[in-house]
Amino acid sequence: MSTRIVLHEADITRALTRIAHEILESNRGAENLVLLGIPTRGATLAERLAPIIGSIAQVEVPVGALDVTLFRDDLARNPTRSPQPTHIPDGGIDGRTVVLVDDVLFSGRSIRAALDALQAVGRPAAVRLAILVDRGHRELPIRPDFVGKNIPSSRQERVNVRLREVDGEELVSIEEAR
Amino acid sequence: MRHLLDTRGLSRAQALRILDVAEDMADTQSREVKKLPTLRGKTVVNLFFEDSTRTRISFEAAAKRLSADVINFAAKGSSVSKGESLKDTAQTLEAMGADAVVVRHSASGAPRTLATSGWISAGVVNAGDGTHEHPTQALLDAFTIRKRRFGADSRSRGLDGVRVVIVGDVLHSRVARSNLWLLSTLGAEVTLVTPPTLIPQDVRAWPARVLYDLDEALAEGPEAVMMLRIQLERMNAAFFPSEREYSRRWGLDSARVEMLPGDSLVMHPGPMNRGLEISADAADSPRSTVLEQVANGVSVRMAVLYLLLTGERMDDEMGEKR
Repeated sequence: MSTRIVLHEADITRALTRIAHEILESNRGAENLVLLGIPTRGATLAERLAPIIGSIAQVEVPVGALDVTLFRDDLARNPTRSPQPTHIPDGGIDGRTVVLVDDVLFSGRSIRAALDALQAVGRPAAVRLAILVDRGHRELPIRPDFVGKNIPSSRQERVNVRLREVDGEELVSIEEAR
Repeated sequence: MRHLLDTRGLSRAQALRILDVAEDMADTQSREVKKLPTLRGKTVVNLFFEDSTRTRISFEAAAKRLSADVINFAAKGSSVSKGESLKDTAQTLEAMGADAVVVRHSASGAPRTLATSGWISAGVVNAGDGTHEHPTQALLDAFTIRKRRFGADSRSRGLDGVRVVIVGDVLHSRVARSNLWLLSTLGAEVTLVTPPTLIPQDVRAWPARVLYDLDEALAEGPEAVMMLRIQLERMNAAFFPSEREYSRRWGLDSARVEMLPGDSLVMHPGPMNRGLEISADAADSPRSTVLEQVANGVSVRMAVLYLLLTGERMDDEMGEKR
């Protein structure tokens, strides 16, 4: 089994900065933006993205976390997952543009669950999707609006995103199939 | 988690996992849409051989908030009153496709029989069996104490060093037993206060101190006082001379509440006998957690059903209970 590093710390930082600019460009400013990260690492990325957008646009961008565990459709197929806390920023999401943030986009099922979870919280004007790594193999008609890096992979490979706040190191690697 | 039969067999990690998931469940209950799709397509049967309103509707609310289908089966007026055995009843439910059975029975150990006999493959939750245990009540009590003490910061915390006084009929109380085991597993110090006639003969193996004088226990300023219901239906022997005397010596009245530190909690599992074990002003005071306990009960039972009914049908990292 071999592991190959595909993004280093500087690459991740650059990708987030570019995503921040792209979000501002497509939204025409930071008005009405709310960032919601999907725990665990999506929430960390959202927490990083918000101040980057904020410093470019000179405003404070509301950021929170949206847990999707209770909305998943694969709960009976995997070991029991523990839900993570959801935090919706003050002001809610009604009528705003919500940018969902996650680390890896794979089958698209987490994002489908996230769209259901959002519905339970309120009614956003629009929902966008920002992803650090898109590895392909979608099982649902879902596509990201903002991508840090496209990493073609085989289904048997594992893509690991490691972030300093959660894992103590900062990199994205591909583990090849045994 | 395959079944929830008692709190005695729960490790600290298992108990904290249930309480932490309950925190997440409680969070979802403050949202605009409270219903979650999590258990869609699962069937939960409430199998109640003993009367109960609040526990049954609490389990029913919990199952419905998670989108499970609920079938209520009360023994009264059913085939059980025609003499059907537990085994036949259970197998009937199995044939109807029950994924979880929430059972209350007057016989201690009935839920364990159901879980281990091989009659059914559904997960079993003990909702009170005889004088044995009532685990979800203890979990919601622990959840309530933790929530009041630590607020939003409750996750992954135990109850280390928290002093809890449990007052009343310990002999017949499954709530007292479940609380005793769970609270001490979580690190709390438990004191039982009871008339000498209402304590089991040998409690040396219990992780608790026994006192007979309520005022002595309250003078120590415990963090929580849990009043047990005097179950008049079980008072068939002369355990105490009169209700009036019981109330005077072991009832929580306003004078005794005054003795407690300002942030001590007054708890009661309900239904209350106002004027007997607890006075109306003690029950309605701001330190009373009675209604919080009811609300938290739904969250805790949602957590238990979630942990029981999701995951592959095999033992996950929580491991098999004894």
